[in-house]
Amino acid sequence: MNWRSIWAIARKDLKEVFANRAVWAPVILLPLILVVALPALLILMPSMVPQQQMNIPADLVAKLLVQVPKGLAELIAPLPPTQQVSLLMVSTVFAPMLLTIPLMIASLIGANSFAGEKERKTLEALLYTPATDGELLLGKMLAAVIPAVLLSWVSFVLYAVVVNAASWPIVRQVWFPTPTWWPLMLWVTPAIAVLGLGLTVIVSSKVNTFMEANQLSGVSVIVVVALVVSQVSGALYLGTGLIILLGAVVWALDIGLIAVAIKTFSRSSLITRM
Amino acid sequence: MADTIPFTEPAIMARELRRSFDGRPAVAGISLEVRSGEVFGILGPNGSGKTTTVRLLNGLISPDAGEMRVLGLDPVTQGDQVRRHTGVLTESPSLNEGLSVYDNLEFYGTLYGIPAATLPARIKSVLERMGLTSRMLDKAGGLSKGMKQRLAIARAILHEPPVLFLDEPTSGLDPEAAEQINALILDLKRQGHTVFLCTHRLTEAERVCDRFAFFSQGRILATGTKAELERQIDGGLRVELEFAGEIPEGLVGTREEQMLQATVDTRDAIADLVAAAVTAGGRVVRVSPLIPSLEDIYFTLQNRSEAPHELA
Repeated sequence: MNWRSIWAIARKDLKEVFANRAVWAPVILLPLILVVALPALLILMPSMVPQQQMNIPADLVAKLLVQVPKGLAELIAPLPPTQQVSLLMVSTVFAPMLLTIPLMIASLIGANSFAGEKERKTLEALLYTPATDGELLLGKMLAAVIPAVLLSWVSFVLYAVVVNAASWPIVRQVWFPTPTWWPLMLWVTPAIAVLGLGLTVIVSSKVNTFMEANQLSGVSVIVVVALVVSQVSGALYLGTGLIILLGAVVWALDIGLIAVAIKTFSRSSLITRM
Repeated sequence: MADTIPFTEPAIMARELRRSFDGRPAVAGISLEVRSGEVFGILGPNGSGKTTTVRLLNGLISPDAGEMRVLGLDPVTQGDQVRRHTGVLTESPSLNEGLSVYDNLEFYGTLYGIPAATLPARIKSVLERMGLTSRMLDKAGGLSKGMKQRLAIARAILHEPPVLFLDEPTSGLDPEAAEQINALILDLKRQGHTVFLCTHRLTEAERVCDRFAFFSQGRILATGTKAELERQIDGGLRVELEFAGEIPEGLVGTREEQMLQATVDTRDAIADLVAAAVTAGGRVVRVSPLIPSLEDIYFTLQNRSEAPHELA
């Protein structure tokens, strides 16, 4: 493996991301909405809306209070029901929602890097270089996975700041993140980024434009929606054990996807489809 | 890099190369040899197998059958080594238009293994040669078509490859830009590069190529220098005589007003023909050999190829 070539490919793809507003605009906007606007709104809403107008799912709150870590349950229990809901939402229910960040960013950059290169007719010159198929694939994957994971982590830090700041008037302490977030960020987030990218690489080999690739691989967000719905309905609580298991399942899927991606991303198959 | 590869002769060799896509033969038994330092023209219409041959010779795709070597290397098993010693100008310039001219070359220079310490100087030298120094920091997408083509050639020669594949280098260019590219090809030849030039512009090819291969429907109709190709289409030399007055009787050839077109076997026979015309009372005012253009030769051979075994 020639790492100088691999980094050159990754750097070039990233430069092209920042040259394409259709790619970088959602990369910036999506995390801002998810980690700033939504949690702030959730926490501040109870103080803006009269309590009697809010429909509190008492059963769900009771169920979650039993499942969440002890420290968090003790913090939330004395609060009014509306504030209990808000803090439970930002500390637990919202957790899988943040997984859309690595998924969407990896898919967007991946679609620009793989299908976009085909669309811009720049792939052929790249295939005539001495870089091996593995180096080309790895360079392009790093260009998508590294920013997806880093931006997810930066978003998480921002999310922690917003949650603590918005809840300060209620709880008067820095209480976030709770322990379940660490495996989610450090174990599941990179796996989800690779999942989004793996799907994009495979989809990109079948389509010819960035938009097509992005739309098709965006279907993977269903996995995250399913997790959110499960949490909201109380059917599933993502405790630390389950998060670690979830990560293991996604990594296993990633291995399969990467194996297919390696097979898909060969010079001969790419050039014959151009 | 160029200095790490041993000198090989021929620079490119293909024997009975075949490659089909979905059962349709794109290359159907091609054999050719390209000598080191020559400009070898691959002439043929779109879809005749030129680009597929370039892809095969650079190891991007594998042949269904046949054997090939580029600088003594096998593109099937040593594709990355072959590509380290070749430069390719693809049919579309294939530039990263969102990146600057310099960044385009820096990226490809890195992939071709040019050391980081010497890369900036190499880029500047190639840009100067291509007349692009003043546009170095501009985005490639903002260049004119001719400049894009020059940048794509700069990319192909940046790592100083001994063998260059140029696929339709003047396609879509105005005459002035095309002339600059052709001058550049001759310059590359003078510097010792072997050039594998694919084009359907026969007039331009005639000026820059040493030898030619005529492609049609994945097959080679004929190869050789222009003189060798002329001999393949005609049993002898064609000559035109212009008379002042009547053309004497007894001279064999096609007559049109005061012109006689005849075919002779050798150059000496031209003198015999003129002598016979004068002896017969003709007043010869001009004698011109009729040299067929490359285009004439190509279409003659292509028409003949409809009877497939005639050219085998």
